[in-house]
Amino acid sequence: MELLLDSLFNGVAIGSVLLVAALGLAIVFGLMGVINLAHGELMMLGAYTTYVTQLIFKLPILKPFYNSYIIVSIFLSFIVSGVVGILLEKTIIRKLYGSPLETLLATWGVSLILQQFVRSVPLAYGTGLVISLIIGLFLPTTFSLKIKESINFKYFKFSSWIFAALTGVMSGSIISSSVSKLSRASARNVDVTAPSWMRGQVEIIGTAFPKTRLMIIIITLISVIAITLFLNQSAWGMRIRAVTQNRQMSECLGISTEKVDIITFGIGSGLAGVAGVAVSLLGSVGPNVGGNYIVGCFMVVVLGGVGNLLGTVLASFGIGIMTDLIGAGRLLSIWPDMPLPISNTINFFATTSMARVMIFALIVIFLQFKPTGLFPQKGRMVEN
Amino acid sequence: MSQNKIKFDKKIVLSFWIILIALIIAAPTLLPVFRLNLLGRYLSLSIVALGVDLIWGYTGLLSLGQGIFFALGGYCAAMYLQINSSSEFPNNIPEFFALYGVEKLPFFWEPFKSPYFTFFAIWIIPALIAGLIGFLVFRNRIKGVYFSILTQASLLVFFNFFNGQQKLINGTNGLKTDVTLLFGQMVGSESIQRLFFWLTSILVIAAWFFAKWVVKGRFGNILIGIRDDEPRVRFTGYNPVIFKTIIFSIAGGLAGISGALYTVQSGIVSPQFMTVPFSIEMVIWVAVGGRGTLLGAILGAVFINYAKSLVSEALPASWMFIQGGLFILVVTALPEGVLGWIQGDGPRNILQRFGLKRKIETYPSLEINNKEQNHE
Repeated sequence: MELLLDSLFNGVAIGSVLLVAALGLAIVFGLMGVINLAHGELMMLGAYTTYVTQLIFKLPILKPFYNSYIIVSIFLSFIVSGVVGILLEKTIIRKLYGSPLETLLATWGVSLILQQFVRSVPLAYGTGLVISLIIGLFLPTTFSLKIKESINFKYFKFSSWIFAALTGVMSGSIISSSVSKLSRASARNVDVTAPSWMRGQVEIIGTAFPKTRLMIIIITLISVIAITLFLNQSAWGMRIRAVTQNRQMSECLGISTEKVDIITFGIGSGLAGVAGVAVSLLGSVGPNVGGNYIVGCFMVVVLGGVGNLLGTVLASFGIGIMTDLIGAGRLLSIWPDMPLPISNTINFFATTSMARVMIFALIVIFLQFKPTGLFPQKGRMVEN
Repeated sequence: MSQNKIKFDKKIVLSFWIILIALIIAAPTLLPVFRLNLLGRYLSLSIVALGVDLIWGYTGLLSLGQGIFFALGGYCAAMYLQINSSSEFPNNIPEFFALYGVEKLPFFWEPFKSPYFTFFAIWIIPALIAGLIGFLVFRNRIKGVYFSILTQASLLVFFNFFNGQQKLINGTNGLKTDVTLLFGQMVGSESIQRLFFWLTSILVIAAWFFAKWVVKGRFGNILIGIRDDEPRVRFTGYNPVIFKTIIFSIAGGLAGISGALYTVQSGIVSPQFMTVPFSIEMVIWVAVGGRGTLLGAILGAVFINYAKSLVSEALPASWMFIQGGLFILVVTALPEGVLGWIQGDGPRNILQRFGLKRKIETYPSLEINNKEQNHE
């Protein structure tokens, strides 16, 4: 019983990291058909945001609230990754709709640039840049309708970008002068330390669970519920689903597909940022941290069936539990006196890397029987 | 994709070949050893780029897993070299086995004692594995992006397997070849390296002609048909699965040859050949050079790698920015690649913009002089 609980918890813990990472991808890939290889790097940005937030909360003014920095950083990461995602959509991905392979290559280029960016630009100025992006993209939308419709709107827009740039430079230099750790560029990995209330373990039914893992599960749970509610209950969620089903028809009915694209991509990228917070709690944060997750995320989405959140949830927990079963060699402890050849095979695969080999092989075999995943999209297209 | 191709005079073609062959023969004396070795390596990479061009440029299958076949070819060559220079080590097995306490040669090493087996294994094993993976994927009509993701996943499977198996193939350390013996001489020595350079050059040209032969005629037309509209090919009575499997295993075999040549010239094969970035880089060589143009793949592989080594020597941090920018630029601005742009309408458009060439108002085939451009 204890063993089962242990295995289940570990599996759910692994699966929830996968799920929160794959959730954004499921939205971007499933709803828009965009292959975003920079998704891992958006996660990395989220993880770095957590790190920066942590350091800023150590400043004397914010010191009393230090314990709550992790909550704040979830929102900040969502915003930072979301804004970078929106910028990406506005500049590159918009030109490539309908040609997924090209998108794949372009976003890979973006991921290289983002990786090198955090290596060679001091984080303080990176933060300044992001702040100016946020202001520049959102300030024009807050203007009153009268200004928006006037001929001089482009000058207003231009001046808001100048304001944004100035604010960005100022905040960047303020941060860099007050937090010395952020003022130099470094390629070294950084560590996020969990606040004191998240350290240690909780006992549930006689077994000890680390609190950070529980926190990740909670973050995942909240993200899944929030995104399901958003897609199914809100007006924009309905528009997103409409555009997914039939783009031309939705456009004819007056839905601004351009806005829908931006919102969908922004939310997907923002969720990557939230995943970054979860990842930063698990280990040290480096420029390559996203690359470890990206293929796993794609496997989750493909296995779950594209455009289906329930499938994504099931697939990630399935993969998580299988990883734990195989990687820790748990079958051996459940059934200690199995025949030698089987136990040898199980031992052979009982490491993290070999478990990955086994899982991917199993997924490929599974796709032989259900090529479109657990919950395929129904349609009558020749392509399907 | 534009079908306009510039036809050259026979004399020009002949003199081009004479100059090329003269350059290949003279290269070892003209270039310093270090640069020659780099050039040889990059030429061997252009063979894998040819394979990528065959499957992506002509058939529309974007494989992100060519690193598997590349590394397999490299491992085959390295295993033969290791095993044949292990006579002075204990148990007559390669030195690294002693580190992990292995005394008996693992069974799959045995056939690599034979040079003939190795010669065939280098290209047949990758081709067979590519054929198997391809068949399983294509049979289910998995295509487009899903194919790319699956090949990437298989790449990770192979990477994790080779990376984790210390006792079988030296895991993450890889197999070294430069201190092994071939024909009684060190593989890393200058004379052997010169031979490898010539061998590579010959094989690049051979692979180029082979690829040209593959995409010519009916077979090539079907490949292009699959790229442009696969359901229509199927409805006309062809089975795309067979053609896709064949071309995918051809690309795998080319990758194997390329990997073996690269390994003996770089001196080591390791699971690093199976990392995700390396396989994606192969695609970008082709994309920059011009997909659907075989020469573009070769030139793209050689020039980008040369640029990479030059830039990394001067400004190590900036290469990632340049590479990333190149990806984005090529995809958004030059989807046909540089050579495709030159062969297509690119130069004409620029000349038109400056008023140096007459603007085309109807169709190019009607207005352009047939002597200058041969429209197919």
